[in-house]
Amino acid sequence: MKDFLIPFDGPGGTGLHDDTDMGTPASTSTRTVTLRIDGFEVTVPEGTSVMRASAELGIEVPKLCASDNIEAFGSCRLCVVEIEGRRGTPASCTTPVAEGMVVHTQTSRIKKLRRGVMELYISDHPLDCLTCGANGDCELQDMAGAVGLRDVRYTPGDNHYDPSGTGARSQAEARLRDPVGINNPQFLPKDDSNPYFTYDPSKCIVCSRCVRACDEVQGTFALTIEGRGFDSRVSAGMKLDDFMTSDCVSCGACVQACPTATLQEKSVIEIGTPDRAVVTTCAYCGVGCSFKAEMRGDELVRMTPYKHGKANRGHSCVKGRFAYGYAAHQDRILNPMIRDTIEEPWREVSWEEAISFAATRMRGIQEQYGKKSIGVITSSRCTNEETYLVQKMARAVFGNNNTDTCARVCHSPTGYGLGQTYGTSAGTQDFDSVEDSDVVVVIGANPTDGHPVFASRLKKRLRAGAKLIVVDPRRIDLVKSPHVEAAHHLPLRPGTNVAVVTAMAHVIVTEGLYDEEFIRTRCDWEEFQDYVEFVAEERHAPEAVEMLTGVPAEELRKAARLYATGGNGAIYYGLGVTEHSQGSTTVIGIANLAMLTGNIGRKGVGVNPLRGQNNVQGSCDMGSFPHELPGYRHVSGSEVREVFESLWNVKLDHEPGLRIPNMLDAAVDGSFKGLYCQGEDILQSDPDTKHVAAGLAAMDCVIVQDLFLNETANYAHVFLPGSTFLEKDGTFTNAERRINRVRRVMAPKNGYADWEVTQLLANAMGGGWTYTHPAQIMAEIAATTPSFANVSYELLEEKGSVQWPCNDASPEGTPLMHIDGFVRGRGRFIRTEYVATDEKTGPRFPLLLTTGRILSQYNVGAQTRRTENSRWHEEDVLEIHPHDAETRGVRDGDYVRLASRSGETSLRAEITDRVSPGVVYTTFHHPTTQANVITTDFSDWATNCPEYKVTAVQVSPSNGPSDWQRDYEAQAEQSRRILPAAE
Amino acid sequence: MSSRTTDEKLVYMANQIATFFESQAEGTRAQRVAEHLRSFWEPRMRDRLFEMMDRGEADDLKPLARKGAEIWRAHGQAVPAHSEEE
Ligand code: SF4
Ligand code: SF4
Ligand code: SF4
Ligand code: FES
Repeated sequence: MKDFLIPFDGPGGTGLHDDTDMGTPASTSTRTVTLRIDGFEVTVPEGTSVMRASAELGIEVPKLCASDNIEAFGSCRLCVVEIEGRRGTPASCTTPVAEGMVVHTQTSRIKKLRRGVMELYISDHPLDCLTCGANGDCELQDMAGAVGLRDVRYTPGDNHYDPSGTGARSQAEARLRDPVGINNPQFLPKDDSNPYFTYDPSKCIVCSRCVRACDEVQGTFALTIEGRGFDSRVSAGMKLDDFMTSDCVSCGACVQACPTATLQEKSVIEIGTPDRAVVTTCAYCGVGCSFKAEMRGDELVRMTPYKHGKANRGHSCVKGRFAYGYAAHQDRILNPMIRDTIEEPWREVSWEEAISFAATRMRGIQEQYGKKSIGVITSSRCTNEETYLVQKMARAVFGNNNTDTCARVCHSPTGYGLGQTYGTSAGTQDFDSVEDSDVVVVIGANPTDGHPVFASRLKKRLRAGAKLIVVDPRRIDLVKSPHVEAAHHLPLRPGTNVAVVTAMAHVIVTEGLYDEEFIRTRCDWEEFQDYVEFVAEERHAPEAVEMLTGVPAEELRKAARLYATGGNGAIYYGLGVTEHSQGSTTVIGIANLAMLTGNIGRKGVGVNPLRGQNNVQGSCDMGSFPHELPGYRHVSGSEVREVFESLWNVKLDHEPGLRIPNMLDAAVDGSFKGLYCQGEDILQSDPDTKHVAAGLAAMDCVIVQDLFLNETANYAHVFLPGSTFLEKDGTFTNAERRINRVRRVMAPKNGYADWEVTQLLANAMGGGWTYTHPAQIMAEIAATTPSFANVSYELLEEKGSVQWPCNDASPEGTPLMHIDGFVRGRGRFIRTEYVATDEKTGPRFPLLLTTGRILSQYNVGAQTRRTENSRWHEEDVLEIHPHDAETRGVRDGDYVRLASRSGETSLRAEITDRVSPGVVYTTFHHPTTQANVITTDFSDWATNCPEYKVTAVQVSPSNGPSDWQRDYEAQAEQSRRILPAAE
Repeated sequence: MSSRTTDEKLVYMANQIATFFESQAEGTRAQRVAEHLRSFWEPRMRDRLFEMMDRGEADDLKPLARKGAEIWRAHGQAVPAHSEEE
């Protein structure tokens, strides 16, 4: 590939962060060694391989089985060198450097050896290069060139590539000789079961890079080398398994690692090799992986993980790596549409007409119902710049604070809980930090599915010896997977997080395991005393709460001791913590635990919310919440308002606006009439679907901006087509507070980037905005928001990414927070009294439903359902324990009716003991299931974050969709009719 | 539940907030309920709650929730600014 548009990374004088494979992983040693290679002196960290030391000098030693993200293996023998004073020709990938070593990488003896090795490889490789999918991007080809292979002296004999068994030298020739027959027992046909890549054993050189990538990088251990010598093959699991039926999770690491066309992206086979690449950020989850969007013309050929991405360090999951097909999906709506009422079909209109229709309606509503009768919902999927503009629209153009975001329904308790205790609404660490953890506690999160690349990094650390504690009602994959096993799994009853976390604190306090010095120097001592008095009460002892939580007391005690005494302890948590009526209290409890044990303010420790959507952190930072201006500053603060008032030239409302559930209540009551909803699908993602539908139906103007006619759009009057992350510039902020660039790689198919659409609408309502590039929006954010003061597109080009706070105090950003003191000054211990949710089981609804997500699908599924990822998850299923299934006469795969006090739906049952008796579990990726018809309107006491994770339900056999599902389907179909614009 | 009216929800939410602060150290509980309400509740929610209290329609309010709401009403703007950031 030629034209890599890859940003520079200044420090360390490394210059261009190119993709050169250094051959073996970097050594972390602080001691250095100096040696000479081909006459040049080089100094490298002790433990570096000779191969890597050469690469540092720009000397590329030929190699096939080595790659710098996996441990050296030393099998191909192509990388041999001569070392003065040593016998033989050692492999440079497995030979560590030594002081004073003198190495020669290119001697006549070595050259001969290498040619011999290559000759052997090529003798069993089809000569189909010109028609091969990897042509131009194949290391075998490159190495044949590098060693100067000019001739292959072996006559065709036993080989793996010729199906005809006729001595053909290429597969093309073999097909001519025998188009159908497979007469060569050594030949294995291509496995193209995986929707995204193929495995063609006839091209395999058995270097085992794929196996090692799957083991070491991904941690799935799906591949093995079967057989020995000439018979050895890469195999995905059992003999009869193909990739699709194996344990493979399609992360793509093996494909990335493969030096030949054996493992190859189907898109490359189809389109050809890319000719340029642009570094950008995955638009799926809060890990925020960096990718190269590899392009040919304006066609996206493939997405490959960017090695210098600081969140992912060159790894990816199936979503970011492969599930981008939705961007070009036929369902995408590319023309604006309007309609007078939601009963009418949509009318395609020009952008001018749609914008003016929307602006007129919104202003009309305000005239009739008052300034506060309309509002916005910002999107955690859009960029920071776009989100900033949408909340600015509410505050500066609508003149109210009615702005909220989908973080309301996921991590708003994180904001409250960490804000109260530490003084900042964000995680304390970077992802690299996990490499220094000794004990990792995962609470209410399922990283292997929800945050896969972080999970891979975590598993790597666990394989290296760190201990794991899992607190989750389900036996998530991390509890036991190849080479990883949790030291303790606390399978609590859904809804009892606070009791469990408080009991852990009880053990730590009463057994004297707390870090008094840390608490004395860093926290408010008086509040600590009060807290100690509270947690030490006998009623918080593990034994006292065992009946309630279902967690064996002894196990809980051991887990608490391990966290308190096992070295660097880090807590990672997810929506299983926040989405409860006591979500905020649990976050406070977690923050307390970290302070108690002094696990704050250095590498390897901390409190880390795993954010769901790609830009949840950013959308919160950007002032999406109705009570806070950008940077988490309350709207009642006049100095803060003044900053924006003078810049925007408007008077700002000093009282909080409506949160999403309040907006819907107000809509039902008739005082909230208009909504501009960017990139969210509240009808599918928010709880109590019927109430959401009633709220939307009661509004006079719902404007939906999205890629697809989502479920919310069924109730919309204006549809403004959205653009994908590939089509716009901007930034996303991941769960580590890392601001990553999103770069436009193709023109928006709908004509405008999302920020431009917001600007059109704002200006039609008199906003007078004049942005011409998102960089200007970021400049405004930096100018108004202290924690972003130094952030600029220039800095991001230079550094690749930065973590906020990024200001004069820390000009290059802040990987670890609260190092010398908490943001709020002294850390604050707060009592965490367990209060049972009012959503209770009883005779009618005896089971507890909890919800979650799976690896291949994302959120409401609007994007992933429109990709081949659906092959892994075609529908939402209900996990139910064998015991509960049996007493209800439910068999595996049966359709069941799932009913709660809110509503009912039906879906298929999967019988599994992953869930405990009394607990059922499902995902919410598919609109036909509408899992949120079931969830209730109970919510977190502090933030109104809905209680998704606990719903009392009953399950019974059923023979098909519920009435609601049928009605809904009919209504949706009706609502999606489109009358094309007259030509 | 989905059958709950906005009025019922307002009382319920105020009570949830009060329940949390009931467990905190004595002395500032009602004040902290007031602060919380002021920080997060939109004026129409507030006005409706006060209206219900005046009309005797908020009998289900917990004493601490009522006390907090009353402090809020009495002090109006005077309750100190308070956000998630503290
Ligand atoms: S795609 Fe990932 S999980 Fe699957 S075999 Fe390759 S490395 Fe392993
Ligand atoms: S599939 Fe590729 S990476 Fe794996 S052993 Fe074969 S050539 Fe090597
Ligand atoms: S882990 Fe998250 S950010 Fe990374 S590739 Fe997967 S979905 Fe994208
Ligand atoms: S690269 Fe060193 S032995 Fe293969």
